[in-house]
Amino acid sequence: MSTTPTTSTLDAPLRAALSSHPRPPRPGALAASRTFAWRALLKLKHVPEQLIDVTGLPIIFTLGFTYLFGGALAGSTREYLQFLLPGTLAMTVVLVTTYSGVTLNTDLTKGVFDRFRSLPIWRPAPILGALLGDIGRYLLAAIIVLVLGLVLGYRPDGGVAGLMAAVGLVLGFAFGLSWVWTTLGLVLRAPSAVNNLSLLVLFPLTLASNIFVDPATMPGWLQAFIDVNPISHLVTATRGLMAGTATAGQVGWVLAAAALLTAIFAPLTMRLYRDR
Amino acid sequence: MANITVWEATLDSRSALAIEASGLVKAFGATRAVDGVDLAVPTGSVYGFLGPNGAGKTTTIRMLATLLRPDAGTARVLGHDIVAEADAVRGRIALTGQYASVDEDLTGRENLVLLARLLGLPRTAARSRADELLGAFGLAEVAGRQVNTYSGGMRRRLDIAASIVVTPELLFLDEPTTGLDPHSRNQVWDIIRAFVASGTTVLLTTQYLEEADQLADRIAVIDHGKVIAEGTPGQLKTSIGTGALQVRLDDPGQRRQAERLLSHALDVPVRLESDPAALSARVTDADRVALALAELSRVGVTVTQFALGQPSLDEVFLALIGHPADEHATSKETAA
Repeated sequence: MSTTPTTSTLDAPLRAALSSHPRPPRPGALAASRTFAWRALLKLKHVPEQLIDVTGLPIIFTLGFTYLFGGALAGSTREYLQFLLPGTLAMTVVLVTTYSGVTLNTDLTKGVFDRFRSLPIWRPAPILGALLGDIGRYLLAAIIVLVLGLVLGYRPDGGVAGLMAAVGLVLGFAFGLSWVWTTLGLVLRAPSAVNNLSLLVLFPLTLASNIFVDPATMPGWLQAFIDVNPISHLVTATRGLMAGTATAGQVGWVLAAAALLTAIFAPLTMRLYRDR
Repeated sequence: MANITVWEATLDSRSALAIEASGLVKAFGATRAVDGVDLAVPTGSVYGFLGPNGAGKTTTIRMLATLLRPDAGTARVLGHDIVAEADAVRGRIALTGQYASVDEDLTGRENLVLLARLLGLPRTAARSRADELLGAFGLAEVAGRQVNTYSGGMRRRLDIAASIVVTPELLFLDEPTTGLDPHSRNQVWDIIRAFVASGTTVLLTTQYLEEADQLADRIAVIDHGKVIAEGTPGQLKTSIGTGALQVRLDDPGQRRQAERLLSHALDVPVRLESDPAALSARVTDADRVALALAELSRVGVTVTQFALGQPSLDEVFLALIGHPADEHATSKETAA
């Protein structure tokens, strides 16, 4: 092709930049997902406002429940904190997962997603990568709860290993649960709808659980609900790991639930994303 | 030996067209946003898609770029079916959408590195390619700023840079200059011109005849989801006339006389404007305008102002389909 007169008047850097740059081999599924996880972390850096919820919620829950109810429920705030902290850890991270759906819903309305969808990359990479980046967000929330708890006087009998195992278990469950919200994020129109609906689901689940008190004093029908509530199972296993008394059955139940949520909602999310 | 020749001939005829579409249809609810579009875009050309908001330009591009499945019809992009071989198509094209297809929360540099990494460049190569593009597109100084602080022109340049991190065989540009000031628009035009000189095929949509005229080798005019005219800019302009002649008189009392003289000299209908001293006419032959104006002066009709403009999109539509371009179904198209 002949060079047009315009080209000759353009400066050399522009001509060099426009010259042919051949396509390297396309990245693998993992590399593409990792790049999208990097994008999610960059967004955390540039839009730190989105961390307000993540940092605010755990602080309010831990302080609020410990000092409001601690004396009444367990005789002393210190003793109540031993019971409560694993529960607030699970609750905080579970509530933070709702942002995965909201973020995806907001993201899809932006032009940049058109570009991602026109790239020759592994199709699930943008969503899987975003969720992997969100795990960083969950981890941050978990660390805030734990540090605050330790400062207030929480002492885990399970030691550092127990703490790490508990955080790992909560993050694993949160990853499975976040696929539910990405599914919602693709079905619902507005980010606020995603937020409201997911909180509507989570609020009763976290309240009617064994997070705050031992269900032994509750009416039978409520105990029956709490026994099947997945949040209760998560809290029981987390408590067990942090106290060093967890059974394989307790941990296995949570891992199975996370796997089941992923097995159902991850393919559903991808199907909805593809057909969009 | 004969077999090989035949095979090569088939390959040649196929690769001569970068885009080959027939009967593309896409409906949103009851609205047929694209209603049977046929396209044949030669490889290495700049093809302009001209039409008002909501005519179906964006929806067509989204189908060709594999973002939307057509309801009916077929298309091959660079020899690959857009539905059955979508991944092969994606490996050869790049898309600059109508709404900035860059991440507003990230910096310009992060956007380009992100794209480069997703296209498979190793880390250091991705960074140096990003810096090269930022420098070439006059964005080096704002490279570390979040895109949501950029001006419209900077955003567009970054958007185009993101599309050519690796050189695509086909570039879709959806309204590359809509909303830009004239200076930024010229910068974008220069980049597009320089880029097409490298041989990449470009499909660009625009609402401005002038832009299609400046950049495109061929133009398809689209309205209500259908291609209503197709040809080189020269052919199109010949079919619709050179443009509009606007004349303003010193004395409104002489308007009737001027109307008579002009319609005779130009041999076209002359329109009386709402301004009592103004007239206009669509002319096909610029040479005649000079003679007509001289005629006015000879008989003592004083002209205070005259202008001969490019036909606007409205005038193109008026000439082609008898009604001005209206904005319809815009919400449907943007919802797509």
